[in-house]
Amino acid sequence: MELVLPQIDWAPFAPLIPVALGGLTTLVTDLFLPPGRKYLIAILSLMAIAVSILLSIGSWGPVLDSDLGMVRYGIHDAVVLDRFSLFFYLVLGLICMLTILLSMGYLDTAAADQGEYYSLLLFSALGMMLMAAGGDLIVIFLGLETFSLALYTLAGFWKADLRSNESALKYLLLGAFASGFFLYGIALIYGATGTTMLRQIAAFLVDGHPPAPLFMIGGGLLLVGFGFKIASVPFHMWAPDVYEGAPTSVTAFMIAGTKAAAFAAFLRVFLLALPALHVQWSVAIWVLAVLTMTVGNLVALVQSNIKRMLAYSSIAHAGYLLVALVAGGSSGGASILFYLVAYALMNLGAFAVIIALQGHEQERLLLTDYAGLGWQRPVLAACMAVFMFSLAGIPPTAGFMGKLYIFSAALEGRYLGLAVIGVLNSVVSVYFYLRVIVIMYMSEAASPRSLVPASIAAVLAVVISVLGTLHLGLFPAGLLDLARQSIAAVAG
Amino acid sequence: MSQTGGPILSTLIVLPLLGVLLLTIVDGAREGLIKRLALAVSGLDLLLSLIVYVRFDPAKAGMQFVERALWIPSIGSSYFLGVDGISLPLLLLTTFLTPIAILASFSGIASRVKAYMICMLLLQSGMIGVFVALDLVLFYVFWEGMLIPMYFLIGVWGGSRRIYATLKFVLYTMAGSVLMLLAMIALAFLHQGSTGRLTFDLLELIGGPIPYGTQLWLFAAFALAFAIKVPMFPFHTWLPDAHVEAPTAGSVLLAGVLLKMGTYGFLRFALPLFPEAAVAFAPLISVLAVISILYGALVSMVQDDLKRLIAYSSVSHLGFVMLGIFAMNLQAVEGSILQMVNHGLSTGALFLLVGMIYERRHTRMIEEFGGLSRTLPRFALCFLIVTMSSIGLPGLNGFVGEFLILAGTFRVHKGFAVLATLGVILAAVYMLWMWQRVMWGKSRRAENLTLDDIGRREMAILVPIILLILWIGLNPNPLLRRMDASVIQLLEGVRSATSEVRIPPSPPFVKGGWGDLVRSTN
Repeated sequence: MELVLPQIDWAPFAPLIPVALGGLTTLVTDLFLPPGRKYLIAILSLMAIAVSILLSIGSWGPVLDSDLGMVRYGIHDAVVLDRFSLFFYLVLGLICMLTILLSMGYLDTAAADQGEYYSLLLFSALGMMLMAAGGDLIVIFLGLETFSLALYTLAGFWKADLRSNESALKYLLLGAFASGFFLYGIALIYGATGTTMLRQIAAFLVDGHPPAPLFMIGGGLLLVGFGFKIASVPFHMWAPDVYEGAPTSVTAFMIAGTKAAAFAAFLRVFLLALPALHVQWSVAIWVLAVLTMTVGNLVALVQSNIKRMLAYSSIAHAGYLLVALVAGGSSGGASILFYLVAYALMNLGAFAVIIALQGHEQERLLLTDYAGLGWQRPVLAACMAVFMFSLAGIPPTAGFMGKLYIFSAALEGRYLGLAVIGVLNSVVSVYFYLRVIVIMYMSEAASPRSLVPASIAAVLAVVISVLGTLHLGLFPAGLLDLARQSIAAVAG
Repeated sequence: MSQTGGPILSTLIVLPLLGVLLLTIVDGAREGLIKRLALAVSGLDLLLSLIVYVRFDPAKAGMQFVERALWIPSIGSSYFLGVDGISLPLLLLTTFLTPIAILASFSGIASRVKAYMICMLLLQSGMIGVFVALDLVLFYVFWEGMLIPMYFLIGVWGGSRRIYATLKFVLYTMAGSVLMLLAMIALAFLHQGSTGRLTFDLLELIGGPIPYGTQLWLFAAFALAFAIKVPMFPFHTWLPDAHVEAPTAGSVLLAGVLLKMGTYGFLRFALPLFPEAAVAFAPLISVLAVISILYGALVSMVQDDLKRLIAYSSVSHLGFVMLGIFAMNLQAVEGSILQMVNHGLSTGALFLLVGMIYERRHTRMIEEFGGLSRTLPRFALCFLIVTMSSIGLPGLNGFVGEFLILAGTFRVHKGFAVLATLGVILAAVYMLWMWQRVMWGKSRRAENLTLDDIGRREMAILVPIILLILWIGLNPNPLLRRMDASVIQLLEGVRSATSEVRIPPSPPFVKGGWGDLVRSTN
């Protein structure tokens, strides 16, 4: 008997390979580096990501020329190379790069476990990229598990810190639960349609098969799985504790990266496989969006720990993204892509400021710790203010432009009620984002604090983020065009 | 347009931003240099805006000094600037008041001068942007963006309840604005539905067919945002807090310019975009305007804090402006635009005067003063002129604006005009009574007898305003004539769109000067 190997087109994997290789080499290199040279591991990881980004940029043009569908597939339909995948390769590359920079400022450079940390970070980025490129539910699940497993470990990276342990355990238990839902959903969909390939599911539905109850339940379970990963209400319970307990650099990565990867897969499934069921899905997501925005913003109002506040804020932002998902179509999709970039920049920027302010010493995470910082560290505080204004959606920042696109997509899809609830929510959010600025600029520090010099890497992350946030706020057209080109690959 | 020697409006916006960049590299300890730099930049902006005034062609109704560039083509938004007879006076008011406000801050602001001046220049840039932006998205960016410097000005350099006041100011404004943003987007999509072109270009959107019912909703969303900013009763409660807590220059620009953005918004956006809805809403808004006039005046009477008194008087004065706008005839609307400028001058000057006395006595309580006219004769004289301007004494600017508004309103609705006139009388009551308690009689505190009169810098702040108060009072025609064409075009637009709707008959337009306007009302 002859084993028939599938034809593998390696092009779709090109940007993934340097990340995977980087993950392996960092682990090995760690063994051979003397303690004083451990920073080289971070540099190595940065280089791996940079190569991946360059490969993605290089594929951007050829992908369009390859054939009519603007799509290439690796291993049948399982891994897709289109501009949508490339867009997320680039976004995740950016997120990973900023995370490495702020990790360099956060981790004790002399610590022994640098290799593990960056290796896990790169593998988790790999999983996210795979999830974004998955054209098959199984591949999406593989990506999801790859990055989740790496993140469970990273969340518990402070082995001696109880809160970090708690964070890891909570994330693992609830994440496993969510994975179960997701996998069960895939099984039911397979039972109903006989396939896990997104294109074939779409073809099955278009062929006039009425969606069987089995299929609807499967879809519902998928929704729960996605809901967990993007931390939408009522599946958000894990998020605040996990985000608060995890090492700050990991929290930043989870907040930005997980959301991007999960929304990439969510969009692809939603727009590619299930356009026929838009009406049924959108009702459920409408409810999720309203709950997520409202609960996230209201609970964020009363937080006194900045990580926890940003955790609830990230829940609220998942709600805004869900608004765009309900709106659907290419406008809704493009606005999600745009917003994810804006969201990543402003969140990573805010976390980079937190890290730059604390240096390697004791964490300062209470909002009151920031009193008077506006005058002691004027540049970092001004950048933090920019990120807060951006998160609140006040122009001229990326956050405003992102919200503008999301709510205009909602109105284009005739979801007036949702848009009104959304903008009113963003008014509520203004209060707690501005509170950070109030504390930084309008109140005095209770006790004089010793200032540590900020790490150069973290400051670099802050500067990149703040320039990006302002650039997208003033000149959003370029990224919006990219987002539209990318979404065309899945939304037709 | 032929008269542009370059992108002058963009230069007006960018110049203060360049000033900000310059300030960021100056050492924060060199306060004298920082102050002079900020003053120089805003003064240069004033000079540039005078070029706009001189080269402005009063015969043209449309936009002048137009600049247009691609910005976000995929959503149909462009970088589109221009000035017409409606925005010109407000543009000049902005560039005129900012250097004065900066000069007035030389002594009052003791800490964090660099950050303060950066905020002032950012604010100037934002305010100019609001008055010259002709693309809805661009307008919104300026409209909300300028909240940021004002938020810092009140929150950092304000009084004891500054944080409460500044958050209230931002949240009120945001709450109204976000619904306007949705209405803007909805309007663009409606326009796309009927013309096939997605655009946020104001001039293209004007005159588009919008169903009456939809117009009402969209108008309501715009009107809410603008009414909060004006502020009209019952949306005025943020104003006294913001004014009382803001530093002097913050109050000057808040009252002088920011409030005008609301009334300007009605004229620039709400009326021309939704003419039928504007006519339908006119009675309601007029009633609210009259309530604002009377309520603001009555509440002013019982204030014991000078700043609070002036803040409430702003509610009353802006009520006149709103009443004039919704009378929708030439006299009333021109009176309203003129009154926006007048209020900016007189109320701005009042806040400056209160700031000067506060720097000397560290109190603003009326009962603390008395007999100041003997110790501070120059101060008292300036205060008197400004008070008279605020009351509307003939020969000063306030009279012209109020008279035009009342005359125009009288033709449309006699009752409103009569009630509003009551507001003029009440204004005389609360202002003169305040003046009397502060300036005349026996001094109630010994400290009042040893105060220094205002010096050269303070005279340099007040004299330009007083000269303008006199100039507009005696010869308002240069300003009014520059408004004519644009206001007529605006009203014609409203009238033609609402031809089937019965709107009150209006007299033939009068193209002459102020004297002709007065005669035509007899």
